[in-house]
Amino acid sequence: MFRLEARTSTPAWFNLALPLLAIAATLILCSGLIAIAGAGVVEAYGVMLSASLGDSYALTETLVRAAPMIFTGLAVAIAFRAKFWNIGAEGQLLAGAVASCFVGAIPMPGYLAMLLMALAGAAAGALVALVPATLRVRFKVDDVVSSLLFNSVIYYALMALIEGPWKDTFSGYPISPPIEDSANFPVLVEGTRLHLGVVVALIAAPLCWFLIARTTLGFRIRVTGENPEAARYGGINVQRVLLSTALLSGALAGLAGVGEVGGVHFQVMSDISPGYGYSGIVVAMLARLNPLGVVPAAIFLAAVMTGAEAMSRATGVPAFLSDVIQGTALLAMLVALLFTAYRVRRVGAQT
Amino acid sequence: MSAVFEQIFQVGFLAAIIRIATPLAFATLGEMFSERAGVLNLGIEGIMLLSAMAGFTAASLSGSLWLGVLVAVLTGMLMGALHALFTVALGLSQHVCGIGVTLFSSGLAYFLYRLIFGQQSVPPSITGFKPLAIPLLSDIPVLGPAVFNQFTLVYLAIIAVPLAAFVLYRTPWGLSVRMVGENPRAADSAGVSVIATRFQAVILGGALMGLAGAFLTMAQFNAFTFGVVSGRGWVAIALVVFGRWDPWRSAGAALLFAFVDALQLRMQASGLGQVPYEAFLMLPFIFTIVAMAVMSRNAVAPSALLKPFRREER
Repeated sequence: MFRLEARTSTPAWFNLALPLLAIAATLILCSGLIAIAGAGVVEAYGVMLSASLGDSYALTETLVRAAPMIFTGLAVAIAFRAKFWNIGAEGQLLAGAVASCFVGAIPMPGYLAMLLMALAGAAAGALVALVPATLRVRFKVDDVVSSLLFNSVIYYALMALIEGPWKDTFSGYPISPPIEDSANFPVLVEGTRLHLGVVVALIAAPLCWFLIARTTLGFRIRVTGENPEAARYGGINVQRVLLSTALLSGALAGLAGVGEVGGVHFQVMSDISPGYGYSGIVVAMLARLNPLGVVPAAIFLAAVMTGAEAMSRATGVPAFLSDVIQGTALLAMLVALLFTAYRVRRVGAQT
Repeated sequence: MSAVFEQIFQVGFLAAIIRIATPLAFATLGEMFSERAGVLNLGIEGIMLLSAMAGFTAASLSGSLWLGVLVAVLTGMLMGALHALFTVALGLSQHVCGIGVTLFSSGLAYFLYRLIFGQQSVPPSITGFKPLAIPLLSDIPVLGPAVFNQFTLVYLAIIAVPLAAFVLYRTPWGLSVRMVGENPRAADSAGVSVIATRFQAVILGGALMGLAGAFLTMAQFNAFTFGVVSGRGWVAIALVVFGRWDPWRSAGAALLFAFVDALQLRMQASGLGQVPYEAFLMLPFIFTIVAMAVMSRNAVAPSALLKPFRREER
C-alpha cells in the first residue's frame, strides 16, 4: 500500500520542476491518442513544435494567441488567490470585446481610441465579474455556479447584438461593424500579426506579480484566500477584498477581449474566443497562481493550439488534440501539486 | 396574453416540457447524488458531452440504440470515477478538477468524433428512439399524449425520481451517502467507508449524467453536434441548488426550467414582437441565477461539500 504523508517542507527545485513534469506527463498521455489516430508520435509533436515556435513568424503567431490567455490566466490567478472562484473569465472577455468594439467604432484619434477601448473593455469585464462577487457577498450564492452561468448570459447578449442591431446589413453575416482603422492596434513587426496588445499583456504579468507580492491589496488578497478567519481577525474587510479582487480579475479578463478586437479581429463575431476564458484556468493552475508563471504557461498552451492546426494538416490527427492536451495538463498539474504538500510513502506489507 | 395562455395548455407544449426536462432531470439527479456525498462535480458538462458522443457512436456503428445507451452510461461512470479519483482519493480541489474533467472530456469527445466520423458538411445522424405509447394511460385526454406517448428514456426519468428519493432516504446506502456528505468523520466512526461511499455516489452520478447525454443524441437530436449539451450541465448544477439537494425538488426544478425553456421556444416561434430570441435563450440562465439568490438564504448544502476527507488528518 501507498500512503500520502504530509511534507514539512518542499524543496525549491521541486516547485519549478512541477509544471514541467505535468506537461511531460500530459504529452506522454496524449501521445496515445496520436497513435490511435494512426500518426507517428514524434512526427506529430515535431510538426507542432516547428509550426508554433520553429521560425520567427510562427513564434509571433504563438505570442498573438498567448496574449488573451495571459490576461485570462492573470484574471483567474488573482481571483483564485483570494478564493474567489471566478470561472467566468470567458464571459468577462466577451463583455470586454463588445465594449471595446463599441468604442473603437467611434471616429477619434488612434491612441485616444485605443486607450478608451482598453478602459471600456476593462470596465465591462469588471462589471460582469462584480455580479457573481456581489451575489456571493450579499446573498451567499455560490460564485462558481453564478460566474459559470453568466458566461452563457453574456454569450447570448453578444449574439443578440451581432444578429440584431450590429448585424452586417450588406452581407447578412452576424458580425459587428469593424472598428475604425485608426483604432487598430499598431503591428510591431512588419508582415506579422504581433500587435501592441501582446506587449501590454507581457507587461501586465509583472505588474500583477508586483500587485500580489508587494502591495497591501495583494497582501489582503492572499490572506483572504489562505485564511479568511485570520483575515477577519486581522481587521481585513474580507467582503471588500473579494469585491476588489473581482473588479481586478474581471478587468484583466476584459482586456483579453480588447486585445482580440483591437489587435486581431477588429470586430466582434460569435467565435471571437475559442474558450480563452476556460484556458485561463489551465494557465493559472500551470503557473501555480503566480502571475509571472502565467506568461510561460500561456505561451505553452498557445503553442499547442497553433501547432495543433499544422499537425492536423500534416498528419491528419484532429486538431482537437489541443483541447485534450489542455484538459489533461490541468488534471496532471493538479496531481503534481499534490506532491508539494504530500509525499508518497510505502506503508504496510514490506516486500 | 390569452393566446400565450392557451398555448401553454396544448398537448404539444406539455410534451415539449417533459422532453426538455428529461435530460435535465437525469443530470440534476446525478449531480445531486454526487453533492449529497460531498463532491461537487463540475465535470458534468464534459461528462454529458462525452457520453452523448460515445453513445451516439456506439448506436451508429452497432445499429443498437440500447447498446448506445449502455455505452453512454458506462462512459459517464468512467468519467465519474476519474473525477472521484482526483477529488475523493487524492483530495484535490473539486472546483478545478471538475473544470479539468470538463475540458478533458469535451476535448476527447470532439477529438474522437472527428477521428471516427471525419469532417462532414452534414453531420451523420441515426434513427433515434421512437415514442412509445403506454396502453390506456396514453388515452387520458391532454395528459395522456403529452406524458404517456414519449421515449422510453422519458419514462425512465419519471421512474428515476421516486427511485432516487427511495434510495437516498430509505436505504442504508442512501443513509451512508447523506452521512459522508454531512459529517464524514461521524460516518467514519460509525464504520462507513467515506472514500468508498463517495466513489459510489460520484460514479452513480456519472451514470445518470451519461443517461442525460444519451437522451440528447439518441432521442432528442439523433445526431452529435459540438453544441449538443450547450450549458445543460451547468444548468443542472444550478438546479441542484434550486432543488435544495432533494430528488423531488430537483425534478421539480428541472420541470420548471423546462417550462421556461419551452415557453422561450414557443415565443421565438411565434415571433413575439421585436424581442431578439437571444433574450429568451438568456432567460433561463438569469432566472436560475435570481432563483439561486432567493433560495440560497435558506439553502441547505451538504456541510461537507467541497471538503476532502483524509482519515489521518483532522
